[in-house]
Amino acid sequence: MTHYLFILVGAVLVNNVVLVKILGLCPFMGVSKKLETAYGMGAATTFVLTMATGASYIIDHYLLIPFGLEYLRTLSFIVTIAAIVQMTEMVIAKTSPTLQQTLGIYLPLITTNCAVLGVPLLNISNGYNFVESLLFGAGSAFGFSLVLILFAGIRERVEGADVPVYFRGSAIAMVTAGLMALAFMGFAGLDKYQ
Amino acid sequence: MLMNLFKFKGGVKPPTNKTQSNTLPIAQAPLPSRLIVPLHQSIGGTPRPVVKAGDHVLKGQLIGEADGWISAAVHAPTSGTVLEVAMHVQPHPSGLDAMCVVIEPDGRDKWIAHGPLDYAAMAPEAVREHLQQSGVVGLGGAAFPTHGKLTASKTVPMDELIINGAECEPFITCDDLLMRERAEEVVRGIGIFRDLLQPKKVLIGIEDNKPEAAAAMRAAVDALNEPFLVIQVPTLYPAGGAKQLIRVLTGKEVPAAKRSTDLGVQCFNVATAYTAWRAIAHGEPVVSRLVTVSGNVHAPRNYEVLIGTPMGELLKLATPHPDTDGIVMGGPMMGFLVPNEQVPVIKATNCLIAHSDRVFPPKAPEMPCIRCGACAEVCPHELQPFEMYWFSRAKNFGKTQEYHIFDCIECGCCSFVCPSRIPLVQYFRFAKSEIWAREREKNAADGAKTRFEFKQLRDEREKAEKAEKLAKVAAAQAAKKAAEAAAAAAAETAAAETGAPGNDSAAPESKAVAEATTLPDATLTTVDAEKEAKRAAIAAAMARAKAQRDAMPAKNTEAVTIEQQRAIDDIEARRAVLAPAAVPGEKTE
Amino acid sequence: MDILLAIAIMALGAVVLGAALGFASVKFKVEGDPLVEKIEGILPQTQCGQCGFPGCKPYAEAIAKGEVDINLCPPGGMEGVQKLADLLGREVKELEAEEKPKQVAIIDENTCIGCTLCIQACPVDAIVGAAKQMHTIIAPLCTGCELCLPPCPVECIRMEAIGENLDNWKWKYPVIEIKTEMRKAAPMMKAA
Repeated sequence: MTHYLFILVGAVLVNNVVLVKILGLCPFMGVSKKLETAYGMGAATTFVLTMATGASYIIDHYLLIPFGLEYLRTLSFIVTIAAIVQMTEMVIAKTSPTLQQTLGIYLPLITTNCAVLGVPLLNISNGYNFVESLLFGAGSAFGFSLVLILFAGIRERVEGADVPVYFRGSAIAMVTAGLMALAFMGFAGLDKYQ
Repeated sequence: MLMNLFKFKGGVKPPTNKTQSNTLPIAQAPLPSRLIVPLHQSIGGTPRPVVKAGDHVLKGQLIGEADGWISAAVHAPTSGTVLEVAMHVQPHPSGLDAMCVVIEPDGRDKWIAHGPLDYAAMAPEAVREHLQQSGVVGLGGAAFPTHGKLTASKTVPMDELIINGAECEPFITCDDLLMRERAEEVVRGIGIFRDLLQPKKVLIGIEDNKPEAAAAMRAAVDALNEPFLVIQVPTLYPAGGAKQLIRVLTGKEVPAAKRSTDLGVQCFNVATAYTAWRAIAHGEPVVSRLVTVSGNVHAPRNYEVLIGTPMGELLKLATPHPDTDGIVMGGPMMGFLVPNEQVPVIKATNCLIAHSDRVFPPKAPEMPCIRCGACAEVCPHELQPFEMYWFSRAKNFGKTQEYHIFDCIECGCCSFVCPSRIPLVQYFRFAKSEIWAREREKNAADGAKTRFEFKQLRDEREKAEKAEKLAKVAAAQAAKKAAEAAAAAAAETAAAETGAPGNDSAAPESKAVAEATTLPDATLTTVDAEKEAKRAAIAAAMARAKAQRDAMPAKNTEAVTIEQQRAIDDIEARRAVLAPAAVPGEKTE
Repeated sequence: MDILLAIAIMALGAVVLGAALGFASVKFKVEGDPLVEKIEGILPQTQCGQCGFPGCKPYAEAIAKGEVDINLCPPGGMEGVQKLADLLGREVKELEAEEKPKQVAIIDENTCIGCTLCIQACPVDAIVGAAKQMHTIIAPLCTGCELCLPPCPVECIRMEAIGENLDNWKWKYPVIEIKTEMRKAAPMMKAA
């Protein structure tokens, strides 16, 4: 059981998808200006990423590997993820307008999110089974949400600070992200207890 | 008599500076050279002026009539001549003008006929009405019309009536002196409030740095045999804030967005009780009040001052030191520098402090917030001023509201303790007024949108109705013509039958049909003719107006600035472009 | 053979996913566009037509479709442009026209002939009057759109800027005072 826990915690903190793997930087910089949007984006990504890992595992194991088509992985994953996201968006728009309010505008953004493609590919290179894949996907998504929300909180505060003119906007955001990444490096120490 | 007191969180203890002005008895300020009485002196509607320049008024005569229920009347403070009803600078931090009645005293100070009212026989409504007509407002500083607070809530039983004699701000001693010298009238005034509100308990809160006032009030309560409790509360700023005093005396905390009435508590200032008693027992409206004059002056003291007295003239009575460079209205914590010394004393003026750098050394420049949390510790409303400051500064107003900026009473405790000398309250006031302005704009935009949509709907409906009407008229006329034609045809056929049988009777019918089809055009032409007449009338009127305008050149075009001229040219150019599209008459089609 | 299999499988996948998406788009179709409402909420609702559209809603619809720029609304000012840019993720642009202070229309009641043309022109019903009766503007309802100026045959309507008064006065942003040394230095520099 501890094995699963390590996968989960490792994905959230130690191998954080944004700050350590440097994946999904566009939403990380783009949707982190306000805390509310960060919550929405975090929730949407968590949902989609978990779905995508599951679906891509199934496609990989029951379609690509039996026919020896592993070289088509990237292509087929992209298509699947895009379709899943689009379908989810339509279903949400119809069934739950309130959820649409919070998640709606972020879902199309996720289609082109490299973290969503990267995590299924990492799953395969790590040789995870179905449950492990799901856990790793969910953990990465939690890690992404955590970092995004933390970063949005920091940026909201930075907006009120006396930042030198030439550092305002994206520049100071990059510096902040760098400092956060340094801080997350500290979690690498958790490896010792594995 | 012993009572368990509660505490409110936070608070500060600034040097009280009260002993300078509370040693001498109240003095009567002499008549000033002129009186500038603002019409809008209380929260609520602006009273309408009922006098005009040249009128002679008597002391206590109505000059501004209350506008609506939350509004209080304004009266002439002395007898004399109305010089003008005009805009004058207000004792307000903005330094903007508002409508004032300027009176030149005739020196006789002659009262209008007035006398005691038969209070025992008056219905509660009549008492409230009389207080409104007498201009009785909260004299603690907020100037809320008192009668508006004297209706007990129907749903919540009235538990406590709190009388505020705490007077927590430094320098101010006018309530102190009032209680010392006129305790009996204050207690009688409280009696009126008690009769109107029927509370279970009446608590008079006085800070324990005013033992004489408390003793005088106790003596008066005993002498009048009233069951009021005079309670000395610990000296701690802002114990005199209504919510804080309620907390200290009753332990009840007034929640955000609720009023104390909802908890069965009502709070009045001692001076308000005094003026209420004067209004009922003597029929005197509020034409004067006690004002502490202190600060950078030789002889600090309390004066009974007529409303409308220019502040400069009042300050001269206390002989200010030569280095005085301004007047602060209110105390040092919540007061503000008035725009000039001609601004009048109003009902909300409890204190004038002569300002100089000696008494109030200039603050060193603002430094960055170090998030020490000192402001949060002293905030009497348990807010987080450092967070509110941060977001006000970044103009992130949504966040300031999340931190409950509207619960802030602007007491100034946070600014007082801030080690970085940040003027926190100024940031909060800025954020609040920005939020209010946005709210106003949003409401205006929403209103405009609904009216616009309604207008569109109406236009469409009218168009449809008009078309329908036109069609009906056309149909009716066609039917009439057809009937006529049929009758004619019948006659013809009858004639033909008698004369020449076998004549084609279909011809007139087809003629009638043809006529009916051309009919709408006919009706349209009549409508057009009407319009033509209207158009001619408009053209004539235009010519007339133009002649009138040419005969009398506009007065305001002589001294236009370049910008104004440019703006005019712009408008003219736009008009030239739009004019062909909007020739009168065509618009109505 | 392998390549054919690959093509077949990918094509099959594409057909399945495409069919699912097509089905979903029909089955879960939603009416109305929430974006238009959001844009309209930002626009100032003056209905002045200065953007070239007859009212705020048509302009909002055009923005939502991406047909026009977001900088065509002078009454909204730069603040409005900023908000639209934030909402739509577009770039902030300078306003097309000059930003004007808030205005209110005023009818010179001595010159007014009671033609009702301005009443018909007013998009927000802020003018009262009847035929051959004097008209007047309900100042709090006036949006200052100037649409009543051109139709007036006797030019009796003028625009006046709404000044600051005690009701709309706002506390200013606290500014750190310039130090006295600097204040003294300024005239010297002028002299030099």
